Amino acid sequence: MFGWEFPPHISGGLGTACYGLTKALMKADVDILFVVPKMYGDEEPERIRLINASDVSVDVRDEVYKSHENKISFMEIDSTLLPYASEEEYYHLVEQLESGISLEQLNLHTQKFKFAGGYGKNLMEEVRRYAIVASAIARDNEFDVIHAHDWLTYLAGIEARKVSGKPLVVHMHATEFDRSGENINQSVYSIERTGMDAADMVVAVSHLTRNVVINRYGIPAHKVITVHNGVEPPRDTSSVSIKKHVDEKIVTFLGRITYQKGPEYFIEAAHKVLQRDPNVRFVMAGSGDMLPGMIRRVAKLGMGTRFHFTGFLKGDDVDRMFGLSDVYVMPSVSEPFGISPLEAMRSNVPVIISKQSGVAEVLNHALKVDYWDVDAMADAIYGVLHYSSMHKMFSKHGKAEVENIKWDQAGIKVKEIYKQLIHA
Amino acid sequence: MKSICFYFQVHQPYRLSSYRFFDIGAHDQYFDDYANRYIMQQVAEKCYLPANEVLLGLIKKHGKKFKVAFSISGTALEQFEKYAPKVLKSFQKLAQTGSVEFLAETWAHSLSALKSKKEFEEQVKMHTRKIHELFGQKPVTFRNTELVYSNEIGEMVYNMGFDTMITEGAKHILGWKSPNLLYCSASNPKLKLLLKNFRLSDDIAFRFSDRRWSEWPLTAEKFLSWIDKIDGKDEVINLFMDYETFGEHQWAETGIFDFLQAFPNLVIEKGEYSFKTPSELSKELQPVSQLNVPYPISWADEERDLTAWLGNELQDEAFNTLYSIESKVRKIKDEKLTTQWRYLQTSDHFYYMCTKWFSDGDVHKYFNPYSSPYDAFINYMNVLSDLVSRVEKMSAAQPKRTTVKKKKQEA
Repeated sequence: MFGWEFPPHISGGLGTACYGLTKALMKADVDILFVVPKMYGDEEPERIRLINASDVSVDVRDEVYKSHENKISFMEIDSTLLPYASEEEYYHLVEQLESGISLEQLNLHTQKFKFAGGYGKNLMEEVRRYAIVASAIARDNEFDVIHAHDWLTYLAGIEARKVSGKPLVVHMHATEFDRSGENINQSVYSIERTGMDAADMVVAVSHLTRNVVINRYGIPAHKVITVHNGVEPPRDTSSVSIKKHVDEKIVTFLGRITYQKGPEYFIEAAHKVLQRDPNVRFVMAGSGDMLPGMIRRVAKLGMGTRFHFTGFLKGDDVDRMFGLSDVYVMPSVSEPFGISPLEAMRSNVPVIISKQSGVAEVLNHALKVDYWDVDAMADAIYGVLHYSSMHKMFSKHGKAEVENIKWDQAGIKVKEIYKQLIHA
Repeated sequence: MKSICFYFQVHQPYRLSSYRFFDIGAHDQYFDDYANRYIMQQVAEKCYLPANEVLLGLIKKHGKKFKVAFSISGTALEQFEKYAPKVLKSFQKLAQTGSVEFLAETWAHSLSALKSKKEFEEQVKMHTRKIHELFGQKPVTFRNTELVYSNEIGEMVYNMGFDTMITEGAKHILGWKSPNLLYCSASNPKLKLLLKNFRLSDDIAFRFSDRRWSEWPLTAEKFLSWIDKIDGKDEVINLFMDYETFGEHQWAETGIFDFLQAFPNLVIEKGEYSFKTPSELSKELQPVSQLNVPYPISWADEERDLTAWLGNELQDEAFNTLYSIESKVRKIKDEKLTTQWRYLQTSDHFYYMCTKWFSDGDVHKYFNPYSSPYDAFINYMNVLSDLVSRVEKMSAAQPKRTTVKKKKQEA
């Protein structure tokens, strides 16, 4: 399996998804060799076997940690691949690294990179470097199926397939259209397309993504299968103390403040709600390239005393934020799946999600609006805050619904795909 | 000779417009006139007009040998007048044949029987008057919204002067008893009850065009052969269904109109059964036993209870809020306000808020203009919030009785 991030070092839903799927597959008796570009040494050491492929060299050393189950192995390729960095971000990151700053020093989660609008080729070089290493790994290891997660690993998957002749599954967690809207990066698009063309099967995380794959990449429908993500069992949050110091109801946006997440629609909806009911507070938690613009917009609308920015939150702070929230809003323009509303629901927080999200396909007890329909979004927020039975309904059914969305089902489906390919 | 009784329910609600929270206090255009007109005209063309034509043809051909009963909600009648007068005329033509019985129901197709006796009685009176005015008949048989019935409702209905009522042949009430007989109410044995044979009714209403159904395609011959198999002691087969079954729920292309024509023709040709209306059956048959229904039943879903309309938190909040303003609405006596309040009582609004069909129920999705019960609830509550605030305002503006008295004393 080719991925590039794994808990706890994740910058988005992808690492969580790979982790969940891997565990479910292990449960279903599938042995996994997991290749990641960069490891930090604290990835659940008792469970995993780490193999370090250092730099471009094809020297694959063996085992640092041994899993008690011996089912999953890790390989590390030292690179600076960042799943959610744009090429511009990447370019600047690499510049900083070259000036001697280490990856660890560069707190990647905050993503405080300034954009020059330049075009760096390095990311593509990394991707190709990864592919070369993959080819070596494929030569030196035994396996039945190759599974590559998202475009950065597709070339690696293709190389591994060439060397081994084993079937290739590529997993679409997010497409270039999700990340960039219509202004897609042609090189990324073409890698995605090449990967899917070469693949024996494409797994999409939602019907929404499946349709994009079929319609915008021209992949034949018969080789694209939807496997909805699951959700991890809850962390123990009993130690997280939650004290609300304000009387007002709190409406929360939590995610990267980027085009894909639709933060501007949240702000416009907030404005509509505040015009009618000033006793509400809005929180935008996260960071991203659109943050400065969002702060300006809130100031311009004159709602600064009611609208708060927290910056990037993680760990207990996320749980605390959910604990304080009366409504969670995910107005994503394009969300292949979207795990955060599930986390909110598990904390008994009613959620409003955009219809342009894959998670909308698996949820009943959520309000669904078009991301651009600010009126509907505002109306949904107002409704949850003012009509008491909604809160009752959501806390009664929402949590149970989320607890039924399990990775195990995804694992079983993926295993079926493997079986089909092996026997084909 | 066994009888066959056709009763068709005709109903259209006043659908709400998309009413946002920022519309509260701004305007009271609650109802989507465009959608209501459009849907009425669509259903008129696809269902009401062609189906009425088939029935009229059958009555012309067979005279008194073919009879049917209709219950048409007040909100449907009003929308016929406004949007599809041709439909009203065709129902009037049917009325003139003397082979059609019109039943009484609540004006707004409401669930008022469960909440307010006063409102229930008032709506029934409004409806009865309208039926008399339009069709020249005074209804003697009562049909409650969604066939909702209980001992208590039966008592109210009898006290209003009806001696026959229609309800569901719910299994959990009947047990081993047959729905194909006349019963009477346990609370008042003078009230006779006709029960829907849900299996045969639903074969037409729900399964007719279902190609996965092992009995598809359903022909008049096959359907009659099932009726032939019914126990010899049974007396009447009650086929109760939405009139929109013909041409709307089951499209013309499925052959539903051919069935509507062929089945009565076949029955009359064979001469082994007679078509009767509910009031005729009530006079001719003897009730075989009492039916005790302590908790309300309805014609919906497997459960045959109220859970399609009431019971979840959303539905209950909406329903209770709606009736909490009843006494104020009455005191204000504003015609527009009262009418809007009544339109909001239509059962469809609560049906849209039902959450129990998340797992199954294509049937329900078909009738539901909202993509989720939560959307339906928010929109309804926004409208109701506006109505409530108008009621509060108008109520506050009214002179209070006590102060008037004091002034008189002072004077």
